[in-house]
Amino acid sequence: MTATSRVEFAPLGDVDLYVDLYRRMRLIRGFEDLVQSLFLRGEIYGTTHLYSGQEAVAVGFASVLGEQDRVAATYRGHGHALALGVDPQKLLDEMLGRATGINGGLAGSMNVTSPQDRLIGCFGIVGGSIAAATGAGLALRATGGVAVAYFGDGAMNQGYFFECLNFCQVQKLPVVLVCENNGYGEYTAFEAVTAGPIRARAEVMEVPAETIDGMSVWTVRDAAARAAGHARSGNGPYFVEAITYRFVGHSRSDPGKYRPDGELDRWRERDPLVLLRARLEQEGVEGERLEDLEASVEDQLAEYEERGIAAPFPEPQAFSEFKG
Amino acid sequence: MPKLSDSMEEATILHWLKASGESFAKGEPLLEVETDKATVVYEAETDGVLTSVLVPEGGTAELGEAIATFDATGSAAAPALAAAPTAQANGTGGIDFRTAIRDALDEALAADERVVFFGEDVAVAGGVFAATPGLYEKYGPTRVFDTPISELALAGAAFGSAVTGLRPVVEVMFGDFLGLVMDSVVNQMSKYWFLTQGEVSVPVVIRSVVGGGGRFGAIHSQMPVAWFTGVPGIKIVAPSTPRDAKALLRASIEDDNPVLFFEHKRLYTLSGEVDDEALPLGEAAVVRPGGDVTIVSAMRGVHESLAAADMLTASGIDAEVVDLRTIRPLDAATILTSLEKTNRLVVVEEGPLTGGWAGEVLALATEQGLGDLDDAWRIATPDTPIPYSPPLEDAHLPGAERIASEIAARLGSR
Repeated sequence: MTATSRVEFAPLGDVDLYVDLYRRMRLIRGFEDLVQSLFLRGEIYGTTHLYSGQEAVAVGFASVLGEQDRVAATYRGHGHALALGVDPQKLLDEMLGRATGINGGLAGSMNVTSPQDRLIGCFGIVGGSIAAATGAGLALRATGGVAVAYFGDGAMNQGYFFECLNFCQVQKLPVVLVCENNGYGEYTAFEAVTAGPIRARAEVMEVPAETIDGMSVWTVRDAAARAAGHARSGNGPYFVEAITYRFVGHSRSDPGKYRPDGELDRWRERDPLVLLRARLEQEGVEGERLEDLEASVEDQLAEYEERGIAAPFPEPQAFSEFKG
Repeated sequence: MPKLSDSMEEATILHWLKASGESFAKGEPLLEVETDKATVVYEAETDGVLTSVLVPEGGTAELGEAIATFDATGSAAAPALAAAPTAQANGTGGIDFRTAIRDALDEALAADERVVFFGEDVAVAGGVFAATPGLYEKYGPTRVFDTPISELALAGAAFGSAVTGLRPVVEVMFGDFLGLVMDSVVNQMSKYWFLTQGEVSVPVVIRSVVGGGGRFGAIHSQMPVAWFTGVPGIKIVAPSTPRDAKALLRASIEDDNPVLFFEHKRLYTLSGEVDDEALPLGEAAVVRPGGDVTIVSAMRGVHESLAAADMLTASGIDAEVVDLRTIRPLDAATILTSLEKTNRLVVVEEGPLTGGWAGEVLALATEQGLGDLDDAWRIATPDTPIPYSPPLEDAHLPGAERIASEIAARLGSR
């Protein structure tokens, strides 16, 4: 039990829903652990950026989105994809470079797209997701749909952020901008390279903005509902800064040595999975139910791994340059 | 007849580059004459108007003999954005280039509700080049609107809306500003169809005004084509006439791929007939048949090449001119067929020599047409920024005289 679990909360309401969100978060964590393990075994290539520690953000936001909504994610996007319901087998196969991957092995970790799952894509350029969601907002304006952009604190200093937020506000586009502030832009602490509070940058454009605890999925879900509701009602964009932490380095080559001693341990006490599990038990969910769920996710992941490794690589082929 | 060489006593007029009644600016070429030493292009010493020609083409005049009468005007006779010479001469019928652009947009907006058009100053003001007046009034602010001066946002919004069901056309005011949209174009638009395995395409058209000759200096006069020719998945369209501009803009908007649509700023006032005939992207046109040399060019360069071809007739050289119209993908067949006939290839590119698309055309010719090739070279701009001062800028750009004289020198008189 962590210190946090002693805090009194209002009831979660739909406990079964939160059990399902816990399952999704567990899947993301397990998936990232598997990716890391496969990477170290040489089965996954290039680089990967893991979402471990930030699961509550993607899962909380995805829980309020409907069929007509769209999401633009970052290169730390496995969690965003899984939260939207992208088939974990296809996502893993993509990492493995297999023909059965969600993009046939053409994309790899950083460039996953899955329009059928409402995922416009994962954007390998910092801030690119904001631009994509801005355009999606333009297309969704007439439909009642909302576009969500995920981006890190590093993107707060990109031109895309300022230009697109202003564009969204003057056009009153239904866009929710979610800054996942995990404290570091790649290897550099965000305070070292970011002037002033993040949220103020939205407020100065009169965009409603809030800073939330990104480790607590119920807090994220509530903020997501407010944000999506605002955007969906034709009021323009909404900005959320979710304070979170990645439990791993920036990418596979980063051991995270720049973190002060003890910082990771302190954040691990606020692990979003630990917080939600404790909360669910507080609400009377039996430990056995959660253990069964965890075991079933583990079994699933083992199957994904086995099938993924067995799947064929794509045959080299000539691709068309243009849609004919 | 002015004294053009120390030993000359008389000279033959090969070509009048101005007709009676036409005005000219100081430094503009007036006529091409052949002396005992060389073929020379004679340039106006002041601004003025050619009131009458006394010695016609082919005629000979002695030193000091009157060959024409002029009125000096003392003010700039030609506007900075003067139209191309060939089509301007009889530009009575048809519409001008900028109206062709507007009409194509108008028709596309009317034909398909998914088409939207946005950019800086394009809606209420009708465009800083006055290319898009009336569209905002006709289609309303959700389909035609002004954006902030935010190229990253507007290009990003074009990408995002295109993959979510719209067919956006955006204007990036000057091609020089395309540096700001590189990420959207190169990293997002050009790759999405590939990454989605053909599931979702990116029907975006980026219109942009390009090219030199407008006295806009180094950073509002560039030809950014070559910045993008190495990017698979992007089509590059570069029309030279109102007819092609209208048809090709319609085709670009109907195309499912991202298209860069370049409008040369010195073509906007060019008049010409338009029709409703559709033109596909990726097809070049032989705009002047000839047997001795193939000149391949695009946009303004086509008109310079046509003017050069006219000049070359005096030297007995019959030039074929190919208007590429689309620079990516290149129409290899039309180029190679022409080369088969003429055996000589000159590629005229307004844009820096090094790394330009002209080199790509030569590579194509050598790889696939080496057996037909007797001579091939490029005429492009120097590898320097574009200077501002009119005589410097004029000398920088590949004009008709340079094209004609290089070809005449290299081929010799026929």
